[in-house]
Amino acid sequence: MSMNGWPIIKLLPHKTNFQFVKYAKGFAVLSAILTVAAIIGCFYPGLNLGIDFRGGASMEVAKPAGQVLELDKLRGAVSGLDLGDVQVQGIARRDTNLDDGSTAIVRFQVPENEDQTAVVQRVESAITQAVGDVGYSGVSVVGSKVSGELLSNGVMALVVAVVLMFLYIAFRFPWQFGIGAVAGLLHDVALTFGLIVALRMEFSLNLVAALLTVIGYSMNDTVVVFDRLRENLRKYKVMPLRDVIDLSINETLSRTIITGVTTVMVLIVLAVFGGEALRGFSITLAFGVVIGTFSSIYVGAPIILLWGVDRSGGGKSDATPVKLGMASRP
Amino acid sequence: MIQLSRWKIILVTASLVIGLLLAFPSVLTPAQREALPGWLPRNGLNLGLDLQGGSYLLLEVDVPEMREKRVSNLMEDVRVTLREDQINIAGMQREAGGVVVTVAEGAQYDAAFNALRTMSQQGVGPTGQPDRVAAKLGGGRIRFAFTDAALASMGATAVDQSIEVVRRRLDSSGTKEIAITRQGADRIVIQAPGQSDPAELERLVGRTAQLTFQMVDTSPTGLNDALAGRVPPDAELLTDDLGTPYLVKKRILVSGENLTRAGVGADQNNRPAIDFQFDSQGARRFGEATAQNLGKPFAIILDGKVISAPTIQSAITGGRGQITGNFTIASASELVNLLNGGALPAPLKVEERRVVTAELGADAVAAGALSTALGFVVIVVFMILAYGFLFGGVSVLGLILNGILIVAAMSLTQATLTLPGIAGLILTFAVAVDANVLIYERMRDEARQGRSVIASMDAGFNRAMGTIVDANLTTLVAALIMFMFGAGPVRGFAWTLTIGVFTSVFSSVLVAQVLLGYWLKVAKPKKLPIAE
Repeated sequence: MSMNGWPIIKLLPHKTNFQFVKYAKGFAVLSAILTVAAIIGCFYPGLNLGIDFRGGASMEVAKPAGQVLELDKLRGAVSGLDLGDVQVQGIARRDTNLDDGSTAIVRFQVPENEDQTAVVQRVESAITQAVGDVGYSGVSVVGSKVSGELLSNGVMALVVAVVLMFLYIAFRFPWQFGIGAVAGLLHDVALTFGLIVALRMEFSLNLVAALLTVIGYSMNDTVVVFDRLRENLRKYKVMPLRDVIDLSINETLSRTIITGVTTVMVLIVLAVFGGEALRGFSITLAFGVVIGTFSSIYVGAPIILLWGVDRSGGGKSDATPVKLGMASRP
Repeated sequence: MIQLSRWKIILVTASLVIGLLLAFPSVLTPAQREALPGWLPRNGLNLGLDLQGGSYLLLEVDVPEMREKRVSNLMEDVRVTLREDQINIAGMQREAGGVVVTVAEGAQYDAAFNALRTMSQQGVGPTGQPDRVAAKLGGGRIRFAFTDAALASMGATAVDQSIEVVRRRLDSSGTKEIAITRQGADRIVIQAPGQSDPAELERLVGRTAQLTFQMVDTSPTGLNDALAGRVPPDAELLTDDLGTPYLVKKRILVSGENLTRAGVGADQNNRPAIDFQFDSQGARRFGEATAQNLGKPFAIILDGKVISAPTIQSAITGGRGQITGNFTIASASELVNLLNGGALPAPLKVEERRVVTAELGADAVAAGALSTALGFVVIVVFMILAYGFLFGGVSVLGLILNGILIVAAMSLTQATLTLPGIAGLILTFAVAVDANVLIYERMRDEARQGRSVIASMDAGFNRAMGTIVDANLTTLVAALIMFMFGAGPVRGFAWTLTIGVFTSVFSSVLVAQVLLGYWLKVAKPKKLPIAE
């Protein structure tokens, strides 16, 4: 067949022999440091909670294309109303996807005892006075009661997701695999939170969905490696555990790379062309996919080494647990 | 497994045909859709409010406020009943769900208790049992309160009634396709698609429309005392639109519940006014009250604001009346609409509102469509570069069927497609090729271990299947959690992801089996192209 052009797979070596486990210790230290840094980052400086989670209002203000919306005046007008923390941020126009200075998002708090509608009207008239006629396209107001519930539901969803994934893996694989998978998951979730903090992204409902998807993808990746690992453990009964792990990761490497690359490419397309609303979402997902791929290789699988796996089927473990040092546990 | 079986060909063809039939109304305009013959499916994609524009309101029924009000009314009833029976009271103490009365003279203790017990038997709650009970506490004290059952059912009934009233109001305002749903114990969600004016929507649901007729307190110093902070226990200080204060007796003569019909009319000066008609009970009460209070003013009160306070010229016995005030045609007809729709049993508080203009929605659709198209092209190019025209092309065809099936399933279930849902769709495409990648990589492995083309392809399908199922189940678990805990747009994302998992496994595996099976049969290859 002359149809099969020049596949990329020919560029990738047929068989790789990377000694992943050998470097696991170093990466474990790196992962641990990053994970701790990310967790600290979630509290200091802390997540930039959007109105979904802390209550308040956000509205999109736009002048016609080509006209300049003066952000300082806008900020001044809204700040003058004494509505707590006011944020004004220029964004790309929705119709052209270009940031020509005509569009901004204004966020402010709605005082507890005031009527949402009345506050929004006050803000709108203050804005009109300051910068002239503008259009309001998306207006969201979330009360403090609802936002509190959304936040606790979001946190709950993440916790339940991790627990269910652990149960699923523990049910389908030996329990050591479950621990490796969950360690990988926690690592991915922590680092993705770290990215959200580092980029000062607004933490919203959409990002919770992104995090849950990262959890799903990361598991997906881990399962592929674990599947091969389980198969190879049966196939090579006497090969040392660390070599079986290396072999399994190498055998699944081209798949890991091809799927990872397609997914990340598509997410980059989404981040560039999907508009403002999906940008944070797709950046978070793309990062999570990369981290998820890394963690299936460097967190999930090597952690199994710490406990060893029962390969005899009779309850006796013939694989000696290898000490990787405490740092590899995130 | 790679042998070309007839049922697989039938399954792929059938799913393609059914998928196309279900998916194709989505590319038509609404008018073209209407013109389709009746036997064809005509449901297109159901776009979420973030994509078609519209308003989302989450309202909370203020049940505690309503209970407060009901207890206040109960207190007034007690006061009036005891006064009519000429029983002196030394004190009234409000407590949760009722009131404790202290009778001034011990001799009247039994008389007071009997009066209140008679009163409790008049009011019957939804369960058929009296919803209020009187109990002697000793020491001249009587407790008169709502039963626990009555208090508990107030909340639930209030939410049901509120939904009813909101529906009537929105229906009569002529806005179409508004979804009103209950959420949790005391919340209502209103979703209005399209161009509807969110401010109007909020005005319609934001007013309780509690109309009452109450006497004005005409004692000479009453108003001045009240303004100085000494409001008599049986009266309340209210204002009208201009801020003029009125001291009004708390006792309600007749309320909006007794209205049968309201309409826009005109007063003597030909300004807009509201004509109303009471039911028989209302007419009788209004007749009695007006007959007893000739020459005195009474107040017409809407949601705690005095609309007007006319003086009673003559007894009004026919049950007809007119409310005059500072109305415009628009405000009068809006009020008429509210009165005819009935009063809300409790105020509705807006807890969350999200408004998206139609233009913003259209921009989001355009951005989503562009990203989907580009994402698709990226995958196609990459898969062909990775696996060549044959194997790469097969997975692209699987991807196309997957896309058709997703649109078909979304149209069939009328699940809401949201902006994050579009992202889910694109992500599904990326993950869909994963099944192909897993299969192809497995085939390469097997071929390199020296197996024949048929054997390695067969093993590729068989052995990759377990991994594919395991890997996709994890995505399903994540989607399930989003469904359980997520709000609006997140659920849309979860649903798209769920549908995508099923369609992608189905199409990538089955299409590859059929097409590669056919290739195997026709080309009889000696080598596996992707294994070189």
